[in-house]
Amino acid sequence: MIPELGHYALMLALGVALIQGTMPIVGARSNDPRLMNMAVPAALAQFALVAISFLALAECYVTSDFSVFNVYENSNTTMPLIYRLTSVWGNHEGSMMLWVSILVFFGALVAVFGTNLPTALKANALGVQAWIAAAFELFILTTSNPFLRIPSAPFEGRDLNPILQDPGLAFHPPMLYLGYVGFSITFSFAIAALLEGRIDAAWARWVRPWVLVAWMCLTLGIAGGSYWSYYELGWGGFWFWDPVENASLMPWLAGTALLHSAVVMEKREALKVWTVLLAILAFSLSLMGTFLVRSGVLTSVHAFATDPSRGIFILGILVVFIGGALSLFAWRAPLLKQGGLFAPISREGALVFNNLFLVTACATVLIGTLYPLALDALTKEKISVGPPFFDATFGPLFIPLTIAMPFGPLMGWKRGDLVGAAQRLLAAAVLAAVAMAAAFAAVRGGPVLAPFGVGIAVFVMAGAVTDIVERTMVLRLPPRASLSRAIGLPRSAWGTAFAHFGIGVTLLGIVSVTAWGSEHLAEVKQGGSIDIAKYRLTFDGILNRNGPNYQDLIGHFTVRRGTELIGTMEPSRRTFPDRSMATTEAALMSRGVSQLYLSIGDPNKDGSLPVRLYFKPYVLLIWLGALFMFFGGALSLSDRRLRIGAPRPAQARSAKPALQPAE
Amino acid sequence: MTRKQRRLVLIGSALGVLAVAVALMLNAFRGSIAFFASPSDVVAKHIGPGTRIRLGGLVKTGSLVRTDGLRVSFEVTDGKSEIPVKYDGVLPDLFREGQGVVAEGTLDPSGSFDADTILAKHDATYMPKEVVEALKKSGHWKDEYEERASLPNPGVSK
Repeated sequence: MIPELGHYALMLALGVALIQGTMPIVGARSNDPRLMNMAVPAALAQFALVAISFLALAECYVTSDFSVFNVYENSNTTMPLIYRLTSVWGNHEGSMMLWVSILVFFGALVAVFGTNLPTALKANALGVQAWIAAAFELFILTTSNPFLRIPSAPFEGRDLNPILQDPGLAFHPPMLYLGYVGFSITFSFAIAALLEGRIDAAWARWVRPWVLVAWMCLTLGIAGGSYWSYYELGWGGFWFWDPVENASLMPWLAGTALLHSAVVMEKREALKVWTVLLAILAFSLSLMGTFLVRSGVLTSVHAFATDPSRGIFILGILVVFIGGALSLFAWRAPLLKQGGLFAPISREGALVFNNLFLVTACATVLIGTLYPLALDALTKEKISVGPPFFDATFGPLFIPLTIAMPFGPLMGWKRGDLVGAAQRLLAAAVLAAVAMAAAFAAVRGGPVLAPFGVGIAVFVMAGAVTDIVERTMVLRLPPRASLSRAIGLPRSAWGTAFAHFGIGVTLLGIVSVTAWGSEHLAEVKQGGSIDIAKYRLTFDGILNRNGPNYQDLIGHFTVRRGTELIGTMEPSRRTFPDRSMATTEAALMSRGVSQLYLSIGDPNKDGSLPVRLYFKPYVLLIWLGALFMFFGGALSLSDRRLRIGAPRPAQARSAKPALQPAE
Repeated sequence: MTRKQRRLVLIGSALGVLAVAVALMLNAFRGSIAFFASPSDVVAKHIGPGTRIRLGGLVKTGSLVRTDGLRVSFEVTDGKSEIPVKYDGVLPDLFREGQGVVAEGTLDPSGSFDADTILAKHDATYMPKEVVEALKKSGHWKDEYEERASLPNPGVSK
């Protein structure tokens, strides 16, 4: 009964989406407020129906209803409740349900919080949003129905893929989808603006909070996924330039560019057409990421059981939405009025520089990701484009971007003072040079580029601090006065500083792990020990332990530094009998922000144990930086000007036509 | 500066960055791409020692030998040809005899393959796509590799 209820609710949601996708847009064209106002209740009904459907599926998982094929395939009664819940989206069908749920959730948020939006813009945006929802609901109902039943219900389920039985599954996919799908809102707003053929600074102000939310979630989602693969896959890498990872990085790069260009548009009414294009691109890349991951063209841990009809359906969605949006852009964008002027050396100029490099870097990732697919389709030649490609293209493009980063916030709008900014950054530059020299002296040898990386990272961090110091005049005014300036600073200024600081922190982590991390492969016998970076690990023996649905074979290690006992590490081989497969559970020991990383292989017949031991200096900074970025985004989101909402030029225009200059 | 000049500066710098990016990519494409080859391809195409490739196939049953320390050797087969592979390190979780594997590395002059990376599949039902196609090509694809085919048929109850 419950699964049928969910199935039926999803069908109803599709019906509602079709109404929501047509009536308000027709209303906006014919200027009929009754039709336009249908958008809000429709969006709320849509959300309620999809929520019912999603909860029905969750209920099937919680109660282990194995008559539902999807539950049988991906769950098991012995799994702890938390994993039974998270396995709702640990499979293709369920993850698409999550996708749609988040999509309509955002739609409902626009309906609820968009009270100050012009009616036509809101109607059009929610209409476009409904088309996306309809496409994906149709996709689920026709090719990926999670509510299919098995006539005779099996007694026990097949268990979730063990790699996914991890708290990471509770966090990473929802966060990532909040980011991916969050960009659908800016996409809908961009299409709505193109439909209306009118766009102004207020548009940027309405859109900016949504970009921020999506960007924050995507940042955390990517960082979470990176940490998860770091500890779960057992070889200690934090980023593999895997196509699936690239699929999430590309919307992030485009979204970061959009975040910055929307500032220019909001403050200076410039870069309008470009911002609209970026809004379309960010979501197009999200859709493409969904296609790459869900269609099975790539083989990875994210590719669940694949089915060609699904790939073709998503490809169809991709072509219709991206192609349609870009055609509409080409047709309508010339109608949008050109924005204001600015000198190349200015805040706007710096943001254009940022956009230029971010978008170019995004393009290189796109080419590196799609080239093997294109080559395979055209010539049947199979190649892999690995990390060296991205290191050699993405890296060099990111260096000028990070060096320029501290300059941006120190420049004035319209006309900036590059020399003045450089003078104010002198302290930061000196600090960076000292750090570079210190890194050079401390390691002697190692990759030559690494100290430069440290220098750039320190420069970015110190630059972010400089920005705040300059704005609060903490060195020139008495403490009380500068404190009141600090409180008076717009939150978005603090947000910028935190997010930029976070980039520096992440960069520092990446550089130090890549350059100075050490790896040790060995075989140890009981009582034997291995040394790495001042630490000595002694292998005490093997333990066996049973979990709810797995058996652990644990290697017990004692960690000493000199003679001081620091603790124990227990890496294990975890066997899941229901799937007859094993996973490596690495043991991590944090020392400050550095980590010891230990994973083991299957024991040999003579009782010795193959181990892989890493020392990862400052590795936690990589993800700590992402937290800084998230926090910066949150501060910026709480900025007053976003809370009080935008002025309403549309009404002002109709009320006081005399004041409106001729265009 | 006039509007036109500013626009020229913008377009000029955009093209400059783009040119740099294209140059970087072309350079990177030359040096960092590994082609996929099955053991038969290696034999048929006379892939020379030192060329970086991804070798894919099945781990030949009974060929896995662990010598001293962490040194492992095994043979990769596609049913027609076999290539001996040497690897130093811990094998991935799902590495098993008789199952699919992709090894990345170079051939040495003696004709055996020095792998620096071993990729095994992530899931008991999943076989690397390249390996599936290579096996189908050499006619050694068996349907039992597709475990999922034997599951009960789902049907919608209405």
